[in-house]
Amino acid sequence: MRTPALLLACAALALGVGIGANATAPAIDRDGAITGTALPRTLSEYGFFRDAPAQSPAEGVTPYRLNMPLFSDGAEKLRFVYVPDGGEVGVGDQTLLDFPVGSALIKTFAFGEGADRRLIETRVLLHRADGWLALPYVWNEAQTEATLALAGTRVPVTTPYGEQINYRVPNKNQCKECHGLQGAVTPIGPKARNLSAEWLQAFLGSVPEGADTMPRWEDRASADATGAARAYLDVNCAHCHRPAATASNSGLDLRWETDDPYSIGAAKRPVAAGRGSGGLEFDIVPGDPEASILVYRMASAEPGVAMPELGKATVHEEGLALVERWIAGMPTP
Amino acid sequence: MIRTLMAATALATLASPAFAETIPVAPGEGAQERLQEALILAEPGDEIFLQAGRFVLTDGLSLDVDGVTLRGAGMHASVLDFTAQEGSGEGLLVTSDGVTLVDFGVENPKGDGIKSKGADDIVYSRVRVTWTNGPASTNGAYGLYPVESTGVLIDGCEVSGASDAGIYVGQSSRITVRNSLASYNVAGIEIENSRKAIVERNYVTGNTGGILVFDLPGLPVKNGGEVLVRNNLVANNTTANFAPEGNIVASVRRGTGIMVMANDTVWVGQNMLYDNPTAPIMVIAYPLAFDDPEYNPYPREISVDWNIVDEGGTDPQFEGAEQLLAAFGGALPPVMWDGLEDPEMTTLMVHPDLAGWSVNLPRQGAGIEAARPGKLDVGAIGQPISIEGWGAPEALEARLP
Repeated sequence: MRTPALLLACAALALGVGIGANATAPAIDRDGAITGTALPRTLSEYGFFRDAPAQSPAEGVTPYRLNMPLFSDGAEKLRFVYVPDGGEVGVGDQTLLDFPVGSALIKTFAFGEGADRRLIETRVLLHRADGWLALPYVWNEAQTEATLALAGTRVPVTTPYGEQINYRVPNKNQCKECHGLQGAVTPIGPKARNLSAEWLQAFLGSVPEGADTMPRWEDRASADATGAARAYLDVNCAHCHRPAATASNSGLDLRWETDDPYSIGAAKRPVAAGRGSGGLEFDIVPGDPEASILVYRMASAEPGVAMPELGKATVHEEGLALVERWIAGMPTP
Repeated sequence: MIRTLMAATALATLASPAFAETIPVAPGEGAQERLQEALILAEPGDEIFLQAGRFVLTDGLSLDVDGVTLRGAGMHASVLDFTAQEGSGEGLLVTSDGVTLVDFGVENPKGDGIKSKGADDIVYSRVRVTWTNGPASTNGAYGLYPVESTGVLIDGCEVSGASDAGIYVGQSSRITVRNSLASYNVAGIEIENSRKAIVERNYVTGNTGGILVFDLPGLPVKNGGEVLVRNNLVANNTTANFAPEGNIVASVRRGTGIMVMANDTVWVGQNMLYDNPTAPIMVIAYPLAFDDPEYNPYPREISVDWNIVDEGGTDPQFEGAEQLLAAFGGALPPVMWDGLEDPEMTTLMVHPDLAGWSVNLPRQGAGIEAARPGKLDVGAIGQPISIEGWGAPEALEARLP
C-alpha cells in the first residue's frame, strides 16, 4: 500500500494537480487504504472527508440515514458509504445492499449539539478481497484526527438524556459480535427496506422491491405498533438474535421477516439467560410487558442482564416504550 | 499486519510450531487494552502468556483467531479480575477454532465466565472461574460455557458460584469434561442438547444439583443423547437453589445428584454418590408444556449401572415428602424415575442391586400432586454400549500441558 501511495503523491506533485484547498495534506490513496492488507493507523489515511471535524464528506462519499436506527446511548450517528468507480451495487438477502469489493461504510458517533458537538469515534467497514473488515477509530481531544483503537476504549460522555456514562468504543472483535454472520463480517444497516425510496433512487438509480418498508423512527407514534416495534427489534437485536449469528443458540429470532410467534419470543422460555431472566418465565407474555423477559432486559443497564450486551450503557426509554406498547397490544391466547 | 509485540523466547519457540510466537502480557496499567490488543493481533499458532498477577479488567475480552493458546502462570497465579466489569455478557469470549486455554483464573465476571461459541476443538485446561462472594443469584450464569461447538475438552478446571451451571456444555458434540471440580453452583456440570459426551473423574460438591444431562425443546440444536457419566464423586449437593426463576435449573431440587431429563442413550455408572438427599440419581421427562413437534420429552435408553450410593433420598424436596419417607422406610431408594416413557422405546434399565422408586406420574406435564409412588419396576441393564466416537477428539489431548 505504501509504495503506490507514494507514487501517486509524486505523480500528483509532478503534474501539479490533485491538491485541493488544504495544500499541506498528503495525497490520499483511498482505494489502497480500503483494499490493502494494512490496518491504516488514522482515519485521515482514507480521505473519506473533505472536512473531517465538520463531517463533510469528500467527493464520491455519500451520506445516508436509516429509517429505523440502532440506539447507541443516544449518540448522533453520521453514516456514509463509498463505492469505488465503476462498482455495481446489488441487493441481497433481507434487502441488504450488496457493495462490491473496494467499498466502505463509515459511521461516526458524536455527542453534544451545535458548537458543543464532540466526535467520539468513527467505525469503518472495509470490503477487502477476503471479506469485510471492521475497524474502530477514536477521535482526539482536539477533534483533528481519529486513530485506530483495535482494543477499543471507554470515553466519558454526557448523553442527550443528561446521563454521565463511560461510553464504550468496541474493539475489533466486538465489531464482529454484531456484524458476524456464518463466522464472517457483514454490513447490517444499509438494507433497502430500511432506506428511503428517494435516497435509493438517487444512489442506485432505481428503487428495489421491498424498499422503504420499515417505519421511520420519528413517525413511531403514528406508525402501526407492530411494525414500529418489529422494525426496532430487527435493527437493535436481530443482528445477534437470528440463526448463524452471535446469539443463535438462544433460539430467539427477532428478524423483521420472522413470522412464527415462538421464534419471536412469545411463550418461549429462556435458554441461558441466567439472572437476565429477572425471575420471569417467558421472553414475551402477550398482553403483559411487565412479565416479559425481553422488556426486563431492555430496561436494564446492568452488564449480565442488559440487552443488547454491547454498545449500551443506558436504557433507551423510547425504544422500550415502543416494545411495551406492542406486547401490551398482542392478542392473549 | 502490525505486530507490536516482542519476539518469541527461545524456549517457547522450541515447543511451538514454526514462526509461532509467545507474546507475554503483564498485569498493571492499561491491561485491558494491552491484553485485548494481543488477542486481536495474535496469529494462528501464537501463545499469549499472562504473566503472574491480577489483571484488573473493565470490559469483556474476546479471541477470534484460530489456533491460539492463552496461557497463564497458574489458575491462582494469573487472574483475570472482572469485579469492575462495565460491559459485555461474559468475561472472555472465544469464537475461533483450535483454541487452548490453560493455567489462569477468572474472577467475578458480571455475566458468564468464559464462553466459547462456534469454537470447535477447544481445550480448557486447569482454568478456574470463581465468584468470590460464594453462591448468589446475582452471580453470572455459567462458569465455563462452550456452545454450538464440535470438539470440547475440559480437564482439571474449577468453577464455583455460578447461578446456573458451573461447567455447561450446550448444543455441542464430541465433549469430554473430566478431572474437574464444580462446587457451590446451582448445577455443578450440565450437558444440554448435546451428543457424544463423556463426563468422568470429576468432583462435584456443594451444588444444588450435581451433574445434569438435559434435553430441552425449542432450541436450534435438538436431540441430546449419547452421554456417559462415570467415575465421578458427587457428594453433599445440598446448597439451596439460588438460580433466578425462569431458568430451567431453578426447578432443580436441592439434593439432586445425577439427573437425566429427556435425552437418549445415557449411561450412568461407577460413580460415588453421597449426601444428595432429594435423589442420588433421577431420570425424568421434560416436565413443562412445550410446542415443538420435533422434540421428544421422554428419556430413552437410559442405563443406570452399578454406582456406590448411600441410603438415598433422606430429605427430599417434594411436596408430601413426609408421607413418601414414611412409605419407603425413612429414605427414598437411590434411583428415582418419574414413570413417564415413550411407549415405543425402552426408557430405563437399572443394575439389579440398585433400589429405586417411581413417582408414577400419569402424563407428561403432570405435577407431583398427581403422583402414585411405587417401587421401581424396570429391566436390568443390558449389554454394554459402544462409546466409540464419544468424548473429545483424541487430537486435543496433545494440547494438554
